[in-house]
Amino acid sequence: MREMIRMVLVLTILSAFSGGLLAAIRDNTKEKIENQQLQFVKGPAINAIFEGASNNPIADRFKLTDGEIERSFFVGVFDGEARSVALESYGKGYGGDVGLMVGINLKDDTIIGVGVTTHAETPGMGAKAKSDPDFAAQFKGVSVKEPIKVTNDGGAIGAISGATITSRAVCSAATDVADVYKRLKPQLEEKLKAFNK
Amino acid sequence: MAKSLAQEFAKGLWEEIPPFRLVLGLCPVLAVTKTVENGIGMGLATTFVLVCSNMLVSMLRKIIPSKVRIACFIIIIATFVTVVELLMQAFAYPLFLKLGIFIPLIVVNCIVLGRSEAFASKNGVVRSIADGLGMGIGFTISLGCLGAVRELFGNGTLTFWETPIQIFGPSFQPFAFMVEAPGAFVCLGLMLCLMNLAGSK
Repeated sequence: MREMIRMVLVLTILSAFSGGLLAAIRDNTKEKIENQQLQFVKGPAINAIFEGASNNPIADRFKLTDGEIERSFFVGVFDGEARSVALESYGKGYGGDVGLMVGINLKDDTIIGVGVTTHAETPGMGAKAKSDPDFAAQFKGVSVKEPIKVTNDGGAIGAISGATITSRAVCSAATDVADVYKRLKPQLEEKLKAFNK
Repeated sequence: MAKSLAQEFAKGLWEEIPPFRLVLGLCPVLAVTKTVENGIGMGLATTFVLVCSNMLVSMLRKIIPSKVRIACFIIIIATFVTVVELLMQAFAYPLFLKLGIFIPLIVVNCIVLGRSEAFASKNGVVRSIADGLGMGIGFTISLGCLGAVRELFGNGTLTFWETPIQIFGPSFQPFAFMVEAPGAFVCLGLMLCLMNLAGSK
């Protein structure tokens, strides 16, 4: 009996100690990790969407609460006027969540560009969503007022051959962004005024 | 037959070098050695975990009841692996992206558990640290070598700190087999064979 108590005690103390240590390290590295992710995962997509912008879209970001979720928006300034925002959302892909950064022009409610940030799709098939510029280019100029769909589902986006699930995931992520955008548009316009130069 | 501290350290470098002599921990050895950089990064992460877990296991060896020792070892190892994962995300994000899933898998790497069970739970703290460090460095060197061979023939480059260096010049035809999974097996087998030849005298 004493041995049993000792086993339980040692394991409990060990687990509690390890939990405490990890929580402390996590707290201290959280901000740093977020910055690294911005730079290496979201950074390339954001910079590609806002090509030619006169500001640094990664530095010019703000957060808005949408219902209970807090979302990060990135601002693109063109010709001294802040008129576009980018937002990330996720769609269910073949190998997990597909992250998509979508840039939207507030003046005419169209997409100015999209870029896949994170994914676990099959190389050579679904992974083309990220590597094939032709696929992403199809989203340019698409209106966000209608749900965005692949051609099989009656939409305008041609799916990547052999990767319909991935293509659908990208479209659903884009539609999700459009929904958030429509909900928050008045607040976004208000926020963007601060970035006009 | 007690070994000196230096011998305890040095045995990990040749005599008992983990992937070749002990043939332990082959999963990361085969999976991440596509480039030198990945191999060395993985090796260093494993070294850190090995040294820390060896130290702690050895410190706690009198307290840990023998019936639940494996569970205790796993808690200790898993904690340090998570520490490595967080630190790598914070300070070496590009490397973390490449090593991905293999960092959490250090938990089930047989070398780490093997050293805790076979060495640290029976020896003092200083000797355990020396053993962990030796094993870790041996593992890093092995991964580095395997990575170098595979990358050199499979890609014609050697990568250090994000900058691939072209070795064979532009006319080189990459031997793509080497960077695929079967190439890793063949390469590991050949290196094992060479090591046995060298040590068989």
